[in-house]
Amino acid sequence: MSDISLTVNGKRVGGVTEDRTLLVHFLRENLGLTGTHVGCDTSQCGACVVHVDGKAVKSCTMLAVQASGSTIATIEGLADGAELHPVQAAFKEHHGLQCGFCTPGMIMTATDMINRHPEGLEEATVRAELEGNICRCTGYHNIVKAILAASETMAKGAAKGKARQAA
Amino acid sequence: MGIEGVGARVARKEDKRFITGAGRYVEDMVVPGMKHAAFVRSPHAHAEIKKIDVKKAQAMPGVIGVLTGKELKADGIGNLICGWMIHSKDGSPMKMGAWSPLAFDRVRYVGDAVVVVVAETKGQARDAAEAVDITYEELKAVVDAPKALERSAPQIHPEADGNLIFDWELGDSTATNAAIKAAAHVTRMKIVNNRLVPNAMEPRAALGYYDKAEDHYTCWTTSQNPHLARLVMSAFYNVAPENKLRVIAPDVGGGFGSKIYIYPEEIICLWASKKTAVPVKWVADRTESFLADAHGRDHVSTVEMAFDKDNRITALKVDTIANLGAYMSLFSSCVPTYLYATLLSGQYDIPAIHANVRAVYTNTAPVDAYRGAGRPEATYLLERTMETAAREMGVSPAELRRKNFITSFPHQTPVIMNYDAGDYAASLDAAMEAADYAGFAQRKAAARANGKLRGIGMSCYIEACGLAPSAAVGSLGAGVGLWESAEVRVNAAGTIEVLTGSHSHGQGHETTFAQLVNQRFGVPIDSVSIVHGDTDKVQMGMGTYGSRSGAVGMSAVAKALDKVEAKAKKIAAHLLEADEGDIVIEDGALKVTGTDRQVPWFQMALAAYTAHNLPGGMEPGLKETSFYDPSNFTFPAGCYVCEVEIDPETGVTEIVQFVAADDFGNIINPMIVEGQVHGGIAQGIGQALLEGTRYDASGQLLTASYMDYTMPRADDLPSFVVSTSNTPCPGNPLGIKGCGEAGAIGSPPAVINAITDAIGITDIAMPASPSTVWAAIRATTKH
Repeated sequence: MSDISLTVNGKRVGGVTEDRTLLVHFLRENLGLTGTHVGCDTSQCGACVVHVDGKAVKSCTMLAVQASGSTIATIEGLADGAELHPVQAAFKEHHGLQCGFCTPGMIMTATDMINRHPEGLEEATVRAELEGNICRCTGYHNIVKAILAASETMAKGAAKGKARQAA
Repeated sequence: MGIEGVGARVARKEDKRFITGAGRYVEDMVVPGMKHAAFVRSPHAHAEIKKIDVKKAQAMPGVIGVLTGKELKADGIGNLICGWMIHSKDGSPMKMGAWSPLAFDRVRYVGDAVVVVVAETKGQARDAAEAVDITYEELKAVVDAPKALERSAPQIHPEADGNLIFDWELGDSTATNAAIKAAAHVTRMKIVNNRLVPNAMEPRAALGYYDKAEDHYTCWTTSQNPHLARLVMSAFYNVAPENKLRVIAPDVGGGFGSKIYIYPEEIICLWASKKTAVPVKWVADRTESFLADAHGRDHVSTVEMAFDKDNRITALKVDTIANLGAYMSLFSSCVPTYLYATLLSGQYDIPAIHANVRAVYTNTAPVDAYRGAGRPEATYLLERTMETAAREMGVSPAELRRKNFITSFPHQTPVIMNYDAGDYAASLDAAMEAADYAGFAQRKAAARANGKLRGIGMSCYIEACGLAPSAAVGSLGAGVGLWESAEVRVNAAGTIEVLTGSHSHGQGHETTFAQLVNQRFGVPIDSVSIVHGDTDKVQMGMGTYGSRSGAVGMSAVAKALDKVEAKAKKIAAHLLEADEGDIVIEDGALKVTGTDRQVPWFQMALAAYTAHNLPGGMEPGLKETSFYDPSNFTFPAGCYVCEVEIDPETGVTEIVQFVAADDFGNIINPMIVEGQVHGGIAQGIGQALLEGTRYDASGQLLTASYMDYTMPRADDLPSFVVSTSNTPCPGNPLGIKGCGEAGAIGSPPAVINAITDAIGITDIAMPASPSTVWAAIRATTKH
């Protein structure tokens, strides 16, 4: 058993956990953050993607003890209060989800992808970079559409922010 | 159409919880005192159980109980059954072998559940499960259906001699044979439809809670039809009487058929909860899902299609062997029979059809309905054969299909179905135009110049959906009726609850069902709540599968809305001192037509509940129910065109374009319908290119993880070009045909027709993986 402490969605949290506990199980079972899902046993499906210190990570591939001292963002922490994150809003607007099970991982992956591509995204890049996330419902068509739309929205938001700073 | 009414692309109401991580799936459920179950599963495909030693496991840390099949049997829990009776052509009933939820004397496939361990934590349950010592005596196994029928094959169930479950036929064999004999041309093929694993992204899970004080059970389960689960667990498995068993299917992460059936695990969680006096939760891991979820497809067929000298089809003869796996799953018997052979006429006018189907046991996971269920198998067989026939006869595949289309309705096929409406040429034309079929030769030449092989393939599918009508399916052997129920409750302040027996696990019912209400009463969809998935809230229902929620479930809602509307108009007429026939409902108010006199919807609702001023003799309140049982199946149909480019050096197939033109009848929400088509096509392309389920000869499942079973990923697929046309279904009040399965039904033959066109071969096995395609190309260039 180990004592761990970490920051999750802006809050300092801690706990005692078995050394073999995966980060995803710590989030779900110890912290009650059940938005992060487990869809496979082999780090293939990406339903468990969270951000660890700003990077998209499959939380089923990391032990909770390894995450001690890290800053974690999960799907529950993405919206700004009542206002949806642009990626969340785009998934809704473009019907980028059906059963919703892969959705948290998709959104966390997409957010990371958009952040890593400030120059903007193309369909082929989005499809290639979604390689680690499996969806069985949507055929990816509308997920790709949603990510491209969110990327544009966020680029416009960033441009506005810069313009405001310049002014 | 209003902005939230029928036909509007309304964003989904349910999305908010899913995109914020607030969805509530079974694995998310926690009840006080809850403990965890792990199953010990058979590592052998076929073996006698000689001894089960649980002592060591019982002594492990955190272990609460270790339970076996003998205890289950002693408590009177029944065997799992198949609920659709099929009779062989000699009149004998299907030969159903015993399936105990926990095997106690023999195991019949890798993954067969043998022992359940309940412990404080999931980890402890698994540790203890590994410590259970079972002595097996291995038996010879068989995994391939045709081989299971050979004399030398091991006998899997004593009830089914030679592993033959039934030998069934449909159609007129004499007329079919005569037409084949007289034909100008006969196309003959062997068609294999590969076994698939449904792979909903949420693994199956169950939480059983026994309340000793009330002698009452609650089961949270990943089900597409919680009411059916309650009925079957109560009536056949002796878990508890219906009034003592509540089944809840909360948010469910996809089903595709695999969550229709009642599996051993939910029965055992309920039973174990009583035995161990704690709530018991089990969540499958992905390998367990691969091993023990019902699989789909797995047909081996031969087909003969006969043509006259004018290229008109005169007969179709089909002989199919269907692999049902180690046990007969709940609806397994109807899939290769009444959901398959009845669709063998396709979109074509075929005077004589005969199908023979043998269903067999093998030492593999049970096989049951998976998205499309029988109809993809029929469509694949027909559309591959049509394509081959066109090539053999040297005619255009499109024109051969067009020539044989059914053009007048209703049309009685020789295989039971009576098609009610359709316009197959319209879909064909739309698809060919969207695909620029005419420009293909040029694109092929350009690809050739780049060293690539380009091919085009089409598929014209039909399916029978809206599974129903009860009397019809009953006469064909179904153990249940296939109607749907609805209850519409108008609250005192005018908001509305719709209770439905349909279950949404991705289909968006919370939005589309509310759109129906908005269309009728003009109330905003935010003031309409859709209640489903709980046997304590909704009295009875048959659930969601077979593209039935729109055609049957929403029709039931429409019928209940009719009754609400009639009573609301009576109340409004009384309040407005007008004739009830002059009342219209518009924009959230009940109006006297042609005047400015009106009463707002909420005021009418309030009047119904205050009951201060109601028409004489009228009961207070405003709540109506309906059980809707349609008169016929519905018949969605369409045309898919796939264009591929193959790299002959690597065998990699790229789908450069995929066009779908579907006729789903009337559509409630085009955005959701398109989403259903996209997802179905992806699964169909998965079947054609990627997904292969492989058992080795000893019955080990080699493809039991996402490292081994190739799921379609975003970069395997293109964006799809989809469109719809509309011949409204005359069989239900909404004119809906259903759209949930079309994509998975229509797409595999289009893909394989394109690949075989590109390479210039007759057939290639699914999945046409790069190595298979590469080998096929090499075989053509050897000579």
